[in-house]
Order: sequence, then structure tokens, then C-alpha cells
Amino acid sequence: MLGRDQYQALLDGAQITLQVSALAILWGTVAAVVLGVVSLSPFRPLRWFVRVYVEVLRGVSAIILIFWAYYALPLFGVDLSAMQAGVLALGLNLSAYGAEIVRGAVQAVPRGQTEAALAINLSGWQRLWSIVLPQAMVAVLPPYGNLLIEIMKSSALVSLISMSDLTYEAQSLRQNRAADSIDIFGATLIIYFAIALGITGIVRLLERRFGRGLDTGRAGTAFGAAK
Amino acid sequence: MTLLQVSPSTWDWEFAREILPDMLRGLRVTVEVTVVGIAIALVLGLVLAMLRRSHRRAIRWPVGLMVEFIRSTPLLVQLFFIFYVLPDYDIRLSGWSTIVIGLALHYACYTSETYRAGIESVPKGQWEASTAINLTRMQTWRHVILPQAIPTALPALGNYVVASLKDAPLASSVSVVGILAVAKEIQGDTFRGMEPFTIAGVLFLLVSVPLAILVRLLEKRHAFERT
Repeated sequence: MLGRDQYQALLDGAQITLQVSALAILWGTVAAVVLGVVSLSPFRPLRWFVRVYVEVLRGVSAIILIFWAYYALPLFGVDLSAMQAGVLALGLNLSAYGAEIVRGAVQAVPRGQTEAALAINLSGWQRLWSIVLPQAMVAVLPPYGNLLIEIMKSSALVSLISMSDLTYEAQSLRQNRAADSIDIFGATLIIYFAIALGITGIVRLLERRFGRGLDTGRAGTAFGAAK
Repeated sequence: MTLLQVSPSTWDWEFAREILPDMLRGLRVTVEVTVVGIAIALVLGLVLAMLRRSHRRAIRWPVGLMVEFIRSTPLLVQLFFIFYVLPDYDIRLSGWSTIVIGLALHYACYTSETYRAGIESVPKGQWEASTAINLTRMQTWRHVILPQAIPTALPALGNYVVASLKDAPLASSVSVVGILAVAKEIQGDTFRGMEPFTIAGVLFLLVSVPLAILVRLLEKRHAFERT
């Protein structure tokens, strides 16, 4: 069994895991929304740029991206800490997959919504921010939740560039023979599973929040059921 | 770190050409591991999907929990589990077997969900008709359900072939000399990270992007045929 200290070490590692994931998710999501919207812009070079960005980043794997950010970028004069390299690589990865989800969801919002917004004289920005994106959210959230779990899982890769995340702590406990391997890795897997459940829970809450008042989403609505 | 700053920060074609054959050898190992791993995953995933439709709760629930658990935890930690925990129970696996089994199990859980969607798309009447003509459950699966479910699932399964290729470089963490391990070794020997990791990324793109395009074509053709 794991002692108190060993649990503490794993929990400290889990904190780094959460930190890296949260930062990557934060900037990756902003990038994903921007790229997703830009990929529908009428300006062709912009669309192409996003296309290439998405294809390239989805083509290389997260692990190679992390190593590249950590070992190759310094030679271009950009010296990143392990934390920065990890957050950068995971965020890049997220933004590429996320942009595709956002694009699909925005396209799925009925045209009439944009036309109606135009008719009541909303500006382009207002149409996007108050009309199209909130409705797209309903379609974005379920696949986006899965993507966030993928990113959280990928954050284990930062242990390979010597960041002391959950996986790294587990490995060092094993190397120090601090406990039986099965206890160490069993506990580690369970902590990861708990984090994933947490993400699923948050996404479900958001789904309900954004599904309210729409009769389309899967999520139960406050009034929809009674009708 | 100082060594990194001293080394010239320009791309060295001579050096790149020198390391290319080794990198290609590494890529071959990575592709091999992927092919074997995903081949097992495609079969195992189908079995898992069928088990999740079992009449017995004692089968359905544990299999469902296992699939969710494996899908929500990092492959890297699962590899460590196979590599370091199993020997305590006198099961000793080589690095090669570890990555293949890891990929196979991990992706079997993903593909099982795709198969499940395919199975669920077969109308209920097909099951009822099979019962009516007195087929056993196994006969129903083999002659009625699967021949309809698998073609529906096939294009979506292609995505996991691409995804598993992207996870295959994890082999380096259980000391299999795939593309990433070769790049790391070169970086360790020469303190030049730019060429090996960039080449690794480019070689990866050369394999994964055509593969992804092929999968998308298959998906499109399939969607066309079904309409």
C-alpha cells in the first residue's frame, strides 16, 4: 500500500498535470474558436492558412510536437522551459482539433439565424458573439469534452521532458522502490480517471447551461419537456 | 544548456542527410508497431462491442467500466503498468510486446465504441426476424448483424488507424527504438535537436497526412453510396 508521503507526491504531481492541462486548454480553446471562425471567412488566403495549420498539427503527433518544442525550438533562439514547451505543444494540438469542431458547429447553425440577426441590424461582431456562437456551443460541447480528456491524457507526455507531473512522480516512486509498482501505477491511473470524470462532469453542466431554452440540444431543457 | 547555446543555430543539411537513414529505420519500427497493434485492436474492439451487448449484466457492466477506464487514462501510464507491474507477477514482456499490447488494448476500447454505433444502427427488426427463423444468438451475430454493422463502422475506424500511428512513438518510453528514440539518441550524442526532431516531424507528416486523406476519401465515398 502507498504511504502518506507517496500519496502526497502523487497528488503534487496531479497538481502539475492539472496546471499544464488547464493552461493548454485555456489558450488552445481561444485559438480553436478564432481559427474555427476564421476558417469560414470569405477571405481565401485566411481559409488556406487555417487549412494548412490544422492539417499539419493534426498530422504530427503530440509527443513529437512536445519534443520538438523542447529540443528544436531553442536552436531557433526560442528557449522554452519544460512547462512552456508542454503548454505550447498541447495547446497547438488542441487548437487544431478544436478548430474543426468549432467550424462544424458554426456551419450547423441555421442560416436563418444570421439572416434574422442581420434584419434586426446587429453588427457582424454581435451576430457572431450573441447569436451564432451561443447556439454553436450546444453542438461543440459533446465532442469538445472528449477532446479535453484527450488533451489531459496527452499531458502525461510532459513527464518525458522531465516535468514533475503525475506520471513523472509515479515513475520516480517506482525507481526509488517506494512501494509496489501495482499500487503506484494503480493509484496513478485512478487519479487520471478521476480527473477525466471531473472534466466530463463540468462539460455536462455546461451542456445543460447552454442547452437551456433551445429545443434542439440533447440536454433536457427547463421548459422543453413539458411541451 | 550552455552547449545548446554554443552550437550553431542554423539548419545543417549535411548533418540532416547523415542521420536520415537511421531516422527512416526508426520510422519503420514505429509503423510496424502501429500495424500489428491496430490490427489486434480492430478484432478485439469488435469482441468488446459484442460483450457490451451481452444479455448478462455480469459481463456487460465490467466490460463497459473497463472500456471507459482505459479510454480515460493516458496510454503512457498504461504502458508503464504493463512494463513494470506485470513482471511482479512473473509476466515478462519485451518493450516491443508492451507497446503492441498497449496500443491494441487502448485502441480496442476506442474502436469498440465505433463498432457499437454500427451495431446500434442495425434495425431492431433484424434481431426479431432472426429469432423468428430460430437462429442462435451466435448465428444472428455472424450472419445477420455483423455483415450490416461492420461496413457502417469501417470508415470511422480508419480514423483510429491514423490516431494509433500518432501514439506509436510512445514506444521510446519502453525502450523500443522507433523514430522518436532514434531522434532522442542523436540529440543526446550530438546536442543538436533541431535536425532530428524536425525530420521526425516531417517524416511523420509524410506518413500520416496521406493516410488521413485516404480515410477521408473512404468516408466520403461511403457517405455517397449510402444516400
